Formats: sequence, structure tokens, C-alpha cells
Amino acid sequence: MTWEVVIGLEIHAQLTTKTKIFSGSPIAYGAEPNTQANLLDLGMPGQLPVLNKAVIPKAIQFGLAIGADIGRRSIFDRKNYFYPDLPKGYQTSQFSFPIVDKGGVVEIEVDGETKKIGVTRAHLEEDAGKSLHDAFPGQTGIDLNRAGTPLLEIVSEPDMRSAKEAVAYAKKVHELVQYLGICDGNMQEGSFRVDSNVSIHKPGTPFGTRAELKNINSFKFIEQAIEIEIDRQIEILESGGKVVQETRLYDADKNETRSMREKEEANDYRYFPCPDLLPVVVAQADIDAIQAEMPELPDAKRARFVSQFELSEYDAAFLAGSRATADYFEAVVALTKAPKISANWVMGELSKSLNQHDLTIDASPVTAAQLAGLINRIQDGTISGKMAKQVFDAIWSGEGDADTIIAAKGLQQITDVGAIEALVDEVIANHTDQVTAYQNGQEKMFGFFVGQVMKASKGQANPAQVNQLLKQKLQNP
Amino acid sequence: MSLQKTEVDAIARLAGISVDPAEGEQLTAKLSNVLAIFQQMQAIDTNGIEPMAHPLDQVQRLREDCITETNHREAYQSLAPKAENGLYLVPQVID
Repeated sequence: MTWEVVIGLEIHAQLTTKTKIFSGSPIAYGAEPNTQANLLDLGMPGQLPVLNKAVIPKAIQFGLAIGADIGRRSIFDRKNYFYPDLPKGYQTSQFSFPIVDKGGVVEIEVDGETKKIGVTRAHLEEDAGKSLHDAFPGQTGIDLNRAGTPLLEIVSEPDMRSAKEAVAYAKKVHELVQYLGICDGNMQEGSFRVDSNVSIHKPGTPFGTRAELKNINSFKFIEQAIEIEIDRQIEILESGGKVVQETRLYDADKNETRSMREKEEANDYRYFPCPDLLPVVVAQADIDAIQAEMPELPDAKRARFVSQFELSEYDAAFLAGSRATADYFEAVVALTKAPKISANWVMGELSKSLNQHDLTIDASPVTAAQLAGLINRIQDGTISGKMAKQVFDAIWSGEGDADTIIAAKGLQQITDVGAIEALVDEVIANHTDQVTAYQNGQEKMFGFFVGQVMKASKGQANPAQVNQLLKQKLQNP
Repeated sequence: MSLQKTEVDAIARLAGISVDPAEGEQLTAKLSNVLAIFQQMQAIDTNGIEPMAHPLDQVQRLREDCITETNHREAYQSLAPKAENGLYLVPQVID
């Protein structure tokens, strides 16, 4: 019988607030060390935590998005352990009564099959500081700027059976928290951190001992780390050894995991209710108000893009990939009433240019209204697709909107049949040899005539009309 | 319910307290007595009673998400045994 893989994830999502969860210190990323650490964050005696109002609705939004029960009365507990970047000696967290309780489900799709992953709970807690081990010989430098940063820890059920499923789930949660606007999702800066609990067992037997893979900052590395951890455990068990419960670090350069420390048993943290913080009570009316303000979620948006705009699944997934992209696309469609061509421009020329300049769509130099203006001029035949690219580049460089640029550059497409006919006649008259060749069966010559007419019109003749007239005239000379 | 010496050692290690071996036996007996009191309490039927997280029957007051703290790093670091380049320095911690 083969081994079955069992994976559960703990995801720490940093909540988008201005200040810490229990103090009024700022949480700007990349500040000078310890300039955002006040007496409370330093763990000085006599300081009292006061909960930041902003974190509660953010946690509830997440709970509602995954269909979980909301903890109407949630309690902060102390999780006790010693480490220098946690000067109080305990992390303020939630244990028995989390704000997002059981019942949550995240649906993933792997290899065309959908699967529901259970979310056990999601609780509010404070982040620890950072330890710098290499800067000073024989000493560790401590930066407490991050201490007290608000986190939502999202704990899944051990429902995943492969590294692929684990990554699909992590990506889904990543997309969700960004859609809700409760976390910026920046993995490089540690705003979204994934810890994976991995074990293997034979089906029908109890779960095996798990190892925890911590702080891996890309989806690609999460998948690799889980894959090699599975191999490591299979090797140990098949050679008669035992897996020990521990935290392992992933080394991307060597593509291996190595032991960091033995994981303390849960009760070793000696959780108890924090006497400095009172229960957080949430009224049903507050939950209803948050529910009423919930944005459309990614799955619903994708489905709507397919049904309302008749887009392909692929296009819908791309355009609904982030709220910013979806909002931009919808703003364009509202002005063009032409979903397919709008989708093509957002996914094509716009995305290409944004990538080239390493810009996000929020910072696009071409606004949705400007792109819509351009698309409308293609739709009404004023400009050809080829001219449109030229106009797009001009809008990108700040030369104004489509109409201004078309007028300034004299880019109007020639659609007057008489004018195009005159050009076609001229080209046919000047290339009698090629006409004879074409009429003797060299059909490839047709492209030559199109090229000549377009050249004569300085690229401004409507290509469809040119094609049609050429065909008529060459076949019936 | 009585504790073993090894359990007391484990608790001491978790709490970061060094226990004098000479005191160990005595401490084990004392802690076992404390646990005996809890055992008496555990005999009480608590079915249907809501767990109490806090003796105050009030709910948490909340703070607006506004920056109220300013940087006092130099003052705080002057209290620290060792600080350099803005960092607090502690004896090396090996992961």
C-alpha cells in the first residue's frame, strides 16, 4: 500500500491597518530599526494593551467570505514562550474562542477536480519582532518594529493530500484576502506567510507525526519544500526510522529542509486568558452590516464574467485575477459595451506594457476611460487595429486621449469607398505583370496588392474594404 | 494528584526558572498540594456554566486605528544593557 500525504496549512496574513493591534505605533514596512517600537511593544511593565478597532471587521470579513461561524464573544489568550524578539515572554493570541470559528470552507481546483478544504479557525494575534543573527559576532540584534503588527492566523484542516493541493489552497486564500482588502498579500515583505504541516501515513491508519515547514516566501518554494519533505519522511519510515515532530527550514539553494527546533507540544505554550484584555463582543447587527458591504468574491466574479460578458473561462480568470484588474476591465466595458475586444486590450497591449514597465494596473498611465475611448474609435471604424497600437503608445506617453491623438497625427482611417477604389485602380494599373501572374493562378500575389494599396494610403485605408475591392477588381478586370 | 520531579523540571525549563536541585523535592511536594486544591474544585459539576475568561463583566474597549506613538528610540535604548545601530543586542540565539 502506498503512503498517503496529509497536509494542513497555517497562514499568517498581516492585516492592513495603520497601527499595531494593541498600540498606536505605526507599522510602516522598512522603517529604521526600533523607531516604531514604543513601551508597550518593548514589553515594558505597566503598559496596557488596547485593541485596535480596525482589526475586528477585517477578521469578520474573512470569516464571512469562507462561510465560517463568527465568534460573537472572542477571547485573547497568552501563548507563553521565551525568545528575545518577544520581550513580554508571551504572544497575545486567541486560543479557545477565536474570532473566526469553525465551519469555513475554501474550494480549490487541481487538475480539473474541485475539492473543499476545511478551515478550522482564524484568530487575531500580534506578530513578534525580528532577530538578526549575523550582524554582530556572538550576539543577536533585535528589531521590535514588527512586534505587535496585527495578524490573522488562518488554520486549515489537514485536508490536503499533495503539495499541489496545498499550493492551490494557499493561492486561493492569498487571492481572497487581497480581494477583501484585508491584507496586501506581499510575500516578499512577509505580509502573507505560509507554514505547512506535513505528515504521511498508510490509508486507514492514524495520521503520522508531522513536521512543520516555516516561513517560505513563494508558492513555488512551498511546493518544492513539501515535495522534498514528503520524500524525506518516506525514506525515514521505509528504512524503519521515526519522524520526529519538529520545525524544519527550507533551503531553496540546496533544495532541502533541515531541522530548526523541536516543536513544543501545544500545551507547553501554557495558554491562559489574557487578564489585560476583556472579551471582544460582536453584535449580530455589526455582522449584518459587514455582510452588506462585502465585495463580490473571486469565484462569483469569474462566473459572472463568463455569463454576463460571454468571456472564456481563461479570460474571466485572468480579468478577475485581482480586484484592481477586474474593476479596470469593468470600467472599460461600461464605456465600450464591447466585452470581448475590451478583454483583448486589457489582457494584451495593456498588460504587456504594464509588465514591461513593472507597473501594477492601479498605476497604469492609460486610464480605463482612455482605453475605452481608443476601443470605441476602433469599433466605429475611425482607426484600424494597427493604428490603434500607435495611438495606445501615444496615450501611454501622456499625449492625451484617443480623439486628440487621432486628430493631431491625422490617423483617421480612410473608409470612403471612392477614395479607396481610386487607390486600388492606381495599384492595379501600375503593376500589370503582377496582375497577370495573379490571374494565372499565383494567388499568393494577393497579399502584395493589399500591401501596395495600404502603402499608397500611408496605412490609413480600411483593410477590410481594401481586401474586398481588390478581390472584386482582380477577379473581374 | 501528585507531580513527579521530572515534571517540575520540565515546568521550570518552560518558565525559564532555574531550580536548585536541593529545593526540587520540596517544590514538587508544594506544587502537588496546590494541584490537590484544583482537584477538589474539579469535583464541582460545571455543566451548563459559561466559562469565565475575565472577572470583570465588561467588554473590551477599542481604540481608533490612528498613530499616537512617536519615536523615542534613543531614550529607550539608553535603558538597554546593549544597543548598536538601532538594534537591541542580546546574547546570541541559535535557531
